[in-house]
Amino acid sequence: MSEATAPKAVAGPLNFLDDRLGSTTFFNRNLKKVFPDHWSFMLGEIALYSFIILLLSGTFLTLWFHPSMMETHYEGSYTKLQGVKMSEAYASALHISFDVRGGLLMRQIHHWAAILFMASIMAHMLRVFFTGAYRKPRELNWLIGLGMFTLGMVEGLFGYSLPDDLLSGTGLRITQGVAQSIPLVGTYISMFLFGGEFPEGNYGDLIPRLFTLHVLLIPGIILGLVTAHMMIMWHQKHTAMPTQKQTEKQVYGYPFYPVFMAKTGAYFLFTFGVVALLGAFAQINPIWLFGPYDPGAISSASQPDFYMGILEGSLRIMPNWEITAAGHTLSLNVLIPALLPLGIVFGGAAIWPFLEQWVTGDKRHHNVNDRPRNAPVRTGVGMAAVTFYGVLWLAGANDVLAERFHLSLFATTWFFRFTVFIAPVLAYIITKRICLGLQRKDAAIAAHGVESGIIVMSPDGKFSERHEPASQEQMSVLLSKERAKEQAPAADANGIPAPNSKGPMGYVRSRLQRAWTFDDIPVEKHDHGHDGNGHGGHDGHEVEGREPKQISH
Amino acid sequence: MSDNNETAGPVNEPREDGPVRKVGTPSPAEDNTLLAQEEYPAPAGAGEELDEREAKRAERIVASFFLLAFAASVAFIVYFIGWSGRDGGMHGIHRAKESNLWLGGMMALAFLAMAIGVTIWVRRLMTSKPIVQERHALEADTGTRRAFTEAFLEGAEDSGITKRPLLRRTLLLAAAPLGLAPLVLLRDLGPLPEKKLRHTYWGEAVKAAKAKGRRGVRLVVDGTNKPLKVSDFASPGGMITVLPEGIEENAHHVMNEVAKAVTILINVPADQFKPAKGRENWHVNGIVAYSKICTHVGCPAALYEQTTHHILCPCHQSTFDATDAAKVVFGPAARPLPQLPLGVEDGYLIATGDFPEPIGPSFWERG
Repeated sequence: MSEATAPKAVAGPLNFLDDRLGSTTFFNRNLKKVFPDHWSFMLGEIALYSFIILLLSGTFLTLWFHPSMMETHYEGSYTKLQGVKMSEAYASALHISFDVRGGLLMRQIHHWAAILFMASIMAHMLRVFFTGAYRKPRELNWLIGLGMFTLGMVEGLFGYSLPDDLLSGTGLRITQGVAQSIPLVGTYISMFLFGGEFPEGNYGDLIPRLFTLHVLLIPGIILGLVTAHMMIMWHQKHTAMPTQKQTEKQVYGYPFYPVFMAKTGAYFLFTFGVVALLGAFAQINPIWLFGPYDPGAISSASQPDFYMGILEGSLRIMPNWEITAAGHTLSLNVLIPALLPLGIVFGGAAIWPFLEQWVTGDKRHHNVNDRPRNAPVRTGVGMAAVTFYGVLWLAGANDVLAERFHLSLFATTWFFRFTVFIAPVLAYIITKRICLGLQRKDAAIAAHGVESGIIVMSPDGKFSERHEPASQEQMSVLLSKERAKEQAPAADANGIPAPNSKGPMGYVRSRLQRAWTFDDIPVEKHDHGHDGNGHGGHDGHEVEGREPKQISH
Repeated sequence: MSDNNETAGPVNEPREDGPVRKVGTPSPAEDNTLLAQEEYPAPAGAGEELDEREAKRAERIVASFFLLAFAASVAFIVYFIGWSGRDGGMHGIHRAKESNLWLGGMMALAFLAMAIGVTIWVRRLMTSKPIVQERHALEADTGTRRAFTEAFLEGAEDSGITKRPLLRRTLLLAAAPLGLAPLVLLRDLGPLPEKKLRHTYWGEAVKAAKAKGRRGVRLVVDGTNKPLKVSDFASPGGMITVLPEGIEENAHHVMNEVAKAVTILINVPADQFKPAKGRENWHVNGIVAYSKICTHVGCPAALYEQTTHHILCPCHQSTFDATDAAKVVFGPAARPLPQLPLGVEDGYLIATGDFPEPIGPSFWERG
């Protein structure tokens, strides 16, 4: 090694820190940390950078926002609302929009970044789910991610409630109505949240409380979770998509410094640039058009932000079941839609990694991801969940759909009442069939090679298409599919039942395991003798079998 | 892909098995890259060797993007200082829109130009090679685990917590109420519900009116606060929002009271009106009053369809029949909108009592 000297500006601080923290050991170990490449790994980065944008733009907004429900008369430069009675929160939000230069831009950037934050977490979680990247050892990061998404929903709801305009007040009214319907403690929760009755309570406590939660508590927790998420990811190393050089034992890619660092820096700039573009040219939440909150007023086609759509849709299509008995009322028409759909999606997502381990018995570490087709049950269940979520989300806009497509409003409700049950089942079946079809295609390529488009005539005059072996890279992708583990026999030779198939839970487990594995398709290289020398016996030009074969597909 | 011999990789090597006869179109598989021999199409990084001419060109391109970003951020500052504050600063919607476009546009341009510049830099100029690193086992070896367990048990033993259950139990006992204490502190977040959800300002206002020798409280139109005469609301098919007279001036918490007392007044044609049992005299020639607060989750049920006499809540589409005691026709609401007993005094519409049941969303104690 040559005598390399770092420039003084670098060496100075570095040595200062190293003398006190011993940090150079860490830096040295991590400077060239490898990050595997795949386009889908950028989805989580969008979420991270949106969060940073949210912190920056949100801090800017707090400099002028007054979290107060005190009554005031608007005196700002938006003429249409001049002299109108409103809360200080709404007046200050108007002030930010019209009298602070760049204020409207920051408001719009903040709102767009929030939407991008939630959308990118969603996309990131779908990527992680469908590729099986949540598997051991990464279950904790999966749970942390779910936690952040849930907190993001609450954070978003509180955030867009702060300006105290007519639309956000309607959202709060619904929140209050749902809270009030909770059995036993609902009225107490509502009174304690609002500091009295809806909307102002006794001292106008709600907006200041939401403000503290929105700018301090929840972002603080999310920041902590983001840090944990990143540190765990760094420590465990990123998963990789199956390619030739990505294995359980090694990771292949470009070093953190300088390549990944520069790329991810550029990516932050891209994210900020796109959000700024949206903030500049795409209007969002024009609160001045809605007017101040008035509990007796509402505008039609009121919609929450997109990530709350599933709750809105569930509330809309729920039949009006309510039980009144023994002097008490149980509002199933509110409770079920408020708790059940999100409970199924989030609860299901939370237990899924552990359920999968339990069913498959696979407790190994996984660093190389699955291709979605190679886990048909998982992919099918994932698509069923996406469909379930999507149908409820669409149902949240049934009035808009009815209006746009000239349908009966009630017919759209009935349509969604049935679709929410039927569509996920269909999605599961169709997805699984597609996965198995793709597996068969993979199996055919692995076994017989790729259609070369070359027609060969054999000496006896038969024509056939020649198949050529797939490239080595392609083969390693195809062969990344593991053969599903054979189901353990329920009883051994002496008739003694296997320990994990005893009892009702054992029965359920073995049934589920069967469902997971029974239609597994082996993707294997054909043994043609000449490539019996295993791994290295491939030069990419061999023609599989000199004798022409039948054109079979 | 090029045929240039300088590019590494066996892109178009002749086949070992000599010339083959080809019939028909060229191999579709080539397009699918299934047969591509290039192992790693460079995802980033130009590789270790740069063509100096290409590199110079890329450098100039990157530099021009950085200059563009520089120009955009300078324009951002110049616009802010020099132009956005003209004629005394912002004036309403037009100037807000103008500054939004300029500031946002320049900001976006600066970020995007810089981002594109850095990306081209990485892809064209960085010479780092992809490398392989080992993944290490995360878990500690059995020896370490055993050592930890031993140390842990030894510590527990040394501390005496395992040997002296009295210490352990009293410590837990001491900690439990300490954990509950903060919950007690939250008690003053709000008042107890008591009977607050059961009454509206209508009841209070009727009582006050009766104390003055009148039969009930007048209805005032929301927004104008003018009392409403029967003759003002004579044409069937109309709907307006009303409040009890004096609510704006006398109520303790106006918003809270309005949120409960807000009422819709509908003039249902007399021949279609079906008064509910026991409420035969609650309407005035088909003029009928229902709570505006939806019994589902509390949105204002503000839409009225004249032909069907349906009241529709725009939030979740609960639909009520105005001719039939506001019974639920469709949607998630479970109960009819509560009805307000109406009367006439001196030609003015009055309410003669409070809603007979709690208005708005259901709750556990409602019964």
